[in-house]
Amino acid sequence: MRYSGFRVIAEALTGHKGWKPVWRDPAPQPDYDYIIIGGGGHGLATAYYLAKEFGQARIAVLEKGYLGGGNVGRNTTIIRSNYLLDGNEPFYEFSLKLWEGLEQDFNYNAMVSQRGIINLIHTDAQRDAATRRGNAMILHGADAELLTREQVRAMYPWLNFDNARFPIKGALMQRRGGTVRHDAVAWGYARGADMRGVDLIQNCEVTGMRIEGGRIRGVETSRGYIGAKKVGVAVAGSSSKVMAHAGMRLPIESHVLQAFVSEGLKPLIDGVMTFGAGHFYVSQSDKGGLVFGGDIDGYNSYAQRGNLPVIEDVAEGGMALMPAIGRVRLLRTWGGIMDMSMDGSPIIDKTPVEGLYFNGGWCYGGFKATPASGWCFAHLLANDRSHETAKAYRFDRFLKGLMIDEKGQGATPNLH
Amino acid sequence: MIIHHPILGPRDAQEFVYLGDASLINRPDGMTAGVEAFHDYAYNRDNPAGDHRELWYHEQGDRSWLVVTRNTVTHEIIKVELARDVARAQGRSK
Repeated sequence: MRYSGFRVIAEALTGHKGWKPVWRDPAPQPDYDYIIIGGGGHGLATAYYLAKEFGQARIAVLEKGYLGGGNVGRNTTIIRSNYLLDGNEPFYEFSLKLWEGLEQDFNYNAMVSQRGIINLIHTDAQRDAATRRGNAMILHGADAELLTREQVRAMYPWLNFDNARFPIKGALMQRRGGTVRHDAVAWGYARGADMRGVDLIQNCEVTGMRIEGGRIRGVETSRGYIGAKKVGVAVAGSSSKVMAHAGMRLPIESHVLQAFVSEGLKPLIDGVMTFGAGHFYVSQSDKGGLVFGGDIDGYNSYAQRGNLPVIEDVAEGGMALMPAIGRVRLLRTWGGIMDMSMDGSPIIDKTPVEGLYFNGGWCYGGFKATPASGWCFAHLLANDRSHETAKAYRFDRFLKGLMIDEKGQGATPNLH
Repeated sequence: MIIHHPILGPRDAQEFVYLGDASLINRPDGMTAGVEAFHDYAYNRDNPAGDHRELWYHEQGDRSWLVVTRNTVTHEIIKVELARDVARAQGRSK
């Protein structure tokens, strides 16, 4: 069923009896050409593009829980392409371009809202760094603008411009950045994949991999053995657990990242704002809640919940920037498990096992990457070579000294 | 999380800085180990869901390094040792 304004009117006039479930609930077949492990944003996007753009068939997505129940439903919904390094910026700009055409492409309302993102500047050195980053973005075809203090003040007059430690001196702005309804991204990709014959198999946990002669033959699951010619793993957060079935250790630690939403307020922030110096970023949802977050808790965790010290730290960051929110009540907090890679950048690569491919290490920047991640992973699965924009996301970059160290802090798993 | 320091008793985890897997104690020998061994040491991790032995540094306390055994699924702390004792038991320290 195609969605359109006409369809909505027709259904309204006939008592909404025509709406149907948007994907099937198939039982697994004995074997497939492609198995994608992980029914989150990246896995579903991979299956969708494999079928639609790369003309492949006999594809299954295996999900241990329900579709979109992991990090694609737990993030703070921000999209942007404001990266500095050559290994990153073309990829994220490709992703932002895919976001711009996504709703028409998969005929689903994902509420893509290019409301603009600003990164605040507090010192001359930060302004120099922001200028360099903005120029790098423009050289790769993205948009960037350096705002003065007065331009920021015109947008958000109630910010604390004269904070003694971090006075606001300006901002780097990307007007094409913004937010997307995150669940709808998973649902849109799932529906689009299902319409093209992909089997979306839920409640199906992978419990082992059958590898013979260095080649993948299939996967053991909680719903039995399923054979496959090629297997792609897109389970960021649980990557180490799943890849251990293939005997691999990864350059990844799993960490918990918390996010927050306040009670609903009248319109306050019409874009996205990051206050890096204070470990705080914020946007406002269409329902009025302030959606915000900060840093990871900082210790290995698979718990999907964090601890209070980070909540305090994030709240302090928010108060330093926006004293006006002091009386606002917190509605909910939650946590998601991040694949923190050793240089803060992702991996989309083959593995030593023939026919087994890996997509992970997204740190806490995976949501914005969803379309390009799916496209590039599908490209790798279908063609056995990396997509032009994802060539640098290799396993061996650590061995070869080719780290993509966006933050310039070296090899620790606390980067984004 | 409360870490039961072997010398100082129960301390809030906020007083500590986290480093990571306690296997970082086992640095390969710089003169004999090859590039591959150092790559594996520096970058790859077991990253288990369950019991995890990890290094915590008591920065806002006595500045000791601890080996904490903690469950990464429940955050329960099972055992705390001085990293010095762990390293000595492995014959690494004098």
